[in-house]
Amino acid sequence: MEVKSKTKGILKRISGPVVTAVNFDAHMYDVVRVGNEQLMGEVIKIDGDKVIIQVYESTDGVRPGEPVENTGLPLAVELGPGLLTSIYDGIQRPLEVLMEKMGSFIERGVNAPGLDHEKKWDFKPVMKKGDEAAPGAIIGEVQETNIVTKIMVPPNFKGGKITEIKKGAFTVDDIVCKLDSGEEICMMQKWPVRVPRPVIEKKNPDVPLLTGLRILDGLFPVAKGGTAAIPGPFGSGKTVTQQSLAKWSDAEIVVYIGCGERGNEMTEVLTEFPELEDPKTGKPLMERTVLIANTSNMPVAAREASVYTGITIAEYFRDMGYDVSLMADSTSRWAEAMREISSRLEEMPGEEGYPAYLSARLSEFYERAGRVEALNGNMGSITVIGAVSPPGGDFSEPVTQNTLRIVKCFWALDAKLSQRRHFPAINWLNSYSLYLNSLGKYYDEKISPEFNPIRSWAMEVLQKESELQEIVQLVGSDALPEAEQVTIEVARMLREVFLQQNAFDAVDAYCSMEKQFDMLKAIRKYADLAYSAQKAGSPIAAIIAVKSKNELARIKYVADYKPELEKILSDMDAEFVKIREA
Amino acid sequence: MKEYRTVTKIQGPLVFVEKTEPVAYGELVNIVQSDGKVKRGQVLDTSDEIVCVQVFESTAGIGKDAGIRFTGETIKMPVGRDMLGRILSGSGKPKDGGPDIVPEKRLDINGAAINPYARASPSEFIQTGISTIDATNTLVRGQKLPIFSGAGLPHNEIALQIARQAKVPGSSEEFAVVFAAMGITKEEENQFMADFERTGALEHAVVFLNLADDPAVERFITPRLALTTAEYLAFELGFHVLVILTDMTNYCEALRQIGAAREEVPGRRGYPGYMYTDLASLYERAGIIKGKKGSVTQLSILTMPGDDITHPIPDLSGYITEGQIVVNRELHRKGIYPPINVMPSLSRLMNLGIGPGKTREDHKKVSDQMYAGYAEGVDLRGLVAIVGKDALSERDQRFLEFADAFEDKFVRQGHDEDRSIADSLDIGWQLLSALPEEQLTRIDRDLIQKYHPKYRK
Repeated sequence: MEVKSKTKGILKRISGPVVTAVNFDAHMYDVVRVGNEQLMGEVIKIDGDKVIIQVYESTDGVRPGEPVENTGLPLAVELGPGLLTSIYDGIQRPLEVLMEKMGSFIERGVNAPGLDHEKKWDFKPVMKKGDEAAPGAIIGEVQETNIVTKIMVPPNFKGGKITEIKKGAFTVDDIVCKLDSGEEICMMQKWPVRVPRPVIEKKNPDVPLLTGLRILDGLFPVAKGGTAAIPGPFGSGKTVTQQSLAKWSDAEIVVYIGCGERGNEMTEVLTEFPELEDPKTGKPLMERTVLIANTSNMPVAAREASVYTGITIAEYFRDMGYDVSLMADSTSRWAEAMREISSRLEEMPGEEGYPAYLSARLSEFYERAGRVEALNGNMGSITVIGAVSPPGGDFSEPVTQNTLRIVKCFWALDAKLSQRRHFPAINWLNSYSLYLNSLGKYYDEKISPEFNPIRSWAMEVLQKESELQEIVQLVGSDALPEAEQVTIEVARMLREVFLQQNAFDAVDAYCSMEKQFDMLKAIRKYADLAYSAQKAGSPIAAIIAVKSKNELARIKYVADYKPELEKILSDMDAEFVKIREA
Repeated sequence: MKEYRTVTKIQGPLVFVEKTEPVAYGELVNIVQSDGKVKRGQVLDTSDEIVCVQVFESTAGIGKDAGIRFTGETIKMPVGRDMLGRILSGSGKPKDGGPDIVPEKRLDINGAAINPYARASPSEFIQTGISTIDATNTLVRGQKLPIFSGAGLPHNEIALQIARQAKVPGSSEEFAVVFAAMGITKEEENQFMADFERTGALEHAVVFLNLADDPAVERFITPRLALTTAEYLAFELGFHVLVILTDMTNYCEALRQIGAAREEVPGRRGYPGYMYTDLASLYERAGIIKGKKGSVTQLSILTMPGDDITHPIPDLSGYITEGQIVVNRELHRKGIYPPINVMPSLSRLMNLGIGPGKTREDHKKVSDQMYAGYAEGVDLRGLVAIVGKDALSERDQRFLEFADAFEDKFVRQGHDEDRSIADSLDIGWQLLSALPEEQLTRIDRDLIQKYHPKYRK
């Protein structure tokens, strides 16, 4: 006997974004249409015959008694050609389409598919009739921007021998390939956002994600496939750092999630990215970027979903074999969305009102990062970089603490540094990277065997400085032994020349590894000359007053810096000769 | 319209009604007291069994005998061009003895989120005439920049000075001020109104007043009325609107009061867990829209309880707004007006509004250099307290003097002193010229050659 499930129910209660419906069958996380306006919602709790739904749009004006319809499907994203350069809200509705449909403000009840279903894409098969196409296998390609979107057999298919494969222009819904299993493949696949896409194996990351930011690449690198958190109070530069990473990191695809943040910031990204060039390809940065913008005043349930939408899109590109980096700004807003929904559900709260499952959700999310062997054998990676906005800048709060237990890189932003316009305001004493060992080999081989030692030296100087600063605070720097006065000066150079970087300067915004290494070597050279002059008894005032070293800060802003650097270094030699002769 | 007499419970600002027809979430409600007085409220929670109504006025006088009328629509406000020059109450009723507003349109006071794709990037420099804002924390059209202050500090004077002096140099477009007061005292009101009248600003202004003795719950809608008006003036009529919201702390207190009455699980310090989202639904109603003429710029004022910037109100605000101007008690005690401490102050949109063609090519670098110099000088003050000024090196003494001069010459200015941006930057150069030239590491050499007083005639 066929069991007929009831897909329609009626609303019983409306309390902000959480509504209760009765009289219908539902599964957890089914997508439902709520009320006469068919607002989109998701089942988050089932209690007796009551089904509790979070609604992704404003529920103003919705009444008890209105209908609810279950689609029977979980919240899923559309994956296929057309993702790149798009800007979506938290549930993958293209904001451009929403604007065409409802004007400058986001109204309700508008349905917009994630991909353009009319547009035809040029499909080039890479497999032929008779080939074996297993789940995840790449059967063809679409040249989208300068990036090729690879068309794969969906991971949840059985797979089989290709009985027919086409070539030419198709929409994402047209069938381009048939298998002997009876399965038909089109360019688009749907994937539920809360389920990680399967892979063969996760590997250990051993290649750095180069970002062009000296403090990160030089001192606290993150690996491709790694995880990093950027916590900091407001105004310390989280968003500027995230945007710098989105702009300059050497990932092939960037997914940027503006989760509960400012509208104007997303506009900045939208106006800036199409104009900026990818340093590697010379193409606009936008061509490798997918943006998800669910600003703070957009519905809170969609904010909760936005992070999953983003990482699922990232996984799709990873499966093609790309290195993807995903920026989530800010995970605290995501956690707050969870808290808000949880409190509407009247769940027993954990720490600071956050739900008890906060930690589990955070770790599930970060675990979707990684360097993996995809089902088709390609190596791909997702690097997840999450901003954290701790209330009052207090790192002991639950979101920061739960994040720290998971991520391997911690870039602590410091309001004191940003107040004195030291940017990026990443505190070099509190930050850490657990990838130094696994990436050591890369630096040895690709940069120089001297790089790791010079990094350790720089860290030691900075550490030593912080100890000395405590004394300086009490007695002034003149009271220090002479050698330590040199240390203070060298540390100051490290801070002002190497660590400070201007994200708004065309040249300084991105610093190559070679230039980073040259800068460190130049500072090291001054340090060596200064210590030996000091040992030889030269006056400390003269050593610290060396003029040429002050010029080092300026090479940051010079693209072709080598001639200038050489001149500075030879001037420095000459000055020290004079000092020792005097 | 059907009237229900099925009130079952009244608690604080909340009235619970049962056995109703289906009532919409967010619906506007009229409550008729037994003495015939009508009060307004809004549906906070609705089900087929019980409806929870939040009353915007005091619930004094409401009993189980009250009649409840559901109006069938969400809260809408009448808006029109003739609102300019009017003074309205915190719930939008005329308070100046004038006629009712002739509605050109009726708008939902909650507004809707601006589609980020439809936003245009703010880029027009607003000159406030205050150096610490213009030169170091630039305000840009379409920005939301709050003033973080403390009890007893002159934030109202600063807000008024900005409202008086703010202009986009070289532009003569229509502007308007929307002023929303939440829980301010009668004296403060007088101060604002006297200034508006003195300068003739009132004819370009729409004023919403919820005073300290008006119902706290009304504060929940006052800023929404103001912002709805502002959006109408900006995006329908093409005005450049400056919205002044004061005091956001009173608004948040009202939010907490409502949350407590609803027996919600509280977040930090008893404030509701959704306060971030709620504040965002106000602050985010600023900006510029592609293809529309006007703009909404927000200047909200909040007093930090105990001058604590980590208190949830300034903290959550700072995470939403595009920077903050911090008013400092120590500077105020030194007799410096405006006592703006530039160190924790910030304008996130500054870089969009400054530079060649907008202000001046040296703007950013001069600002950065002053920040760095002032920070160093302030640090040295701590050292001087221990070892004395004489123990400092020559270089350090110069920085120490720089910090003092910075406060005295750059920060300090008159209540009616309207400095142009060029004046502010030149004062900056004047001060920087007292530092050794090789210490000006933040400034390119060609800019030094061009603007440093030493090289200028």
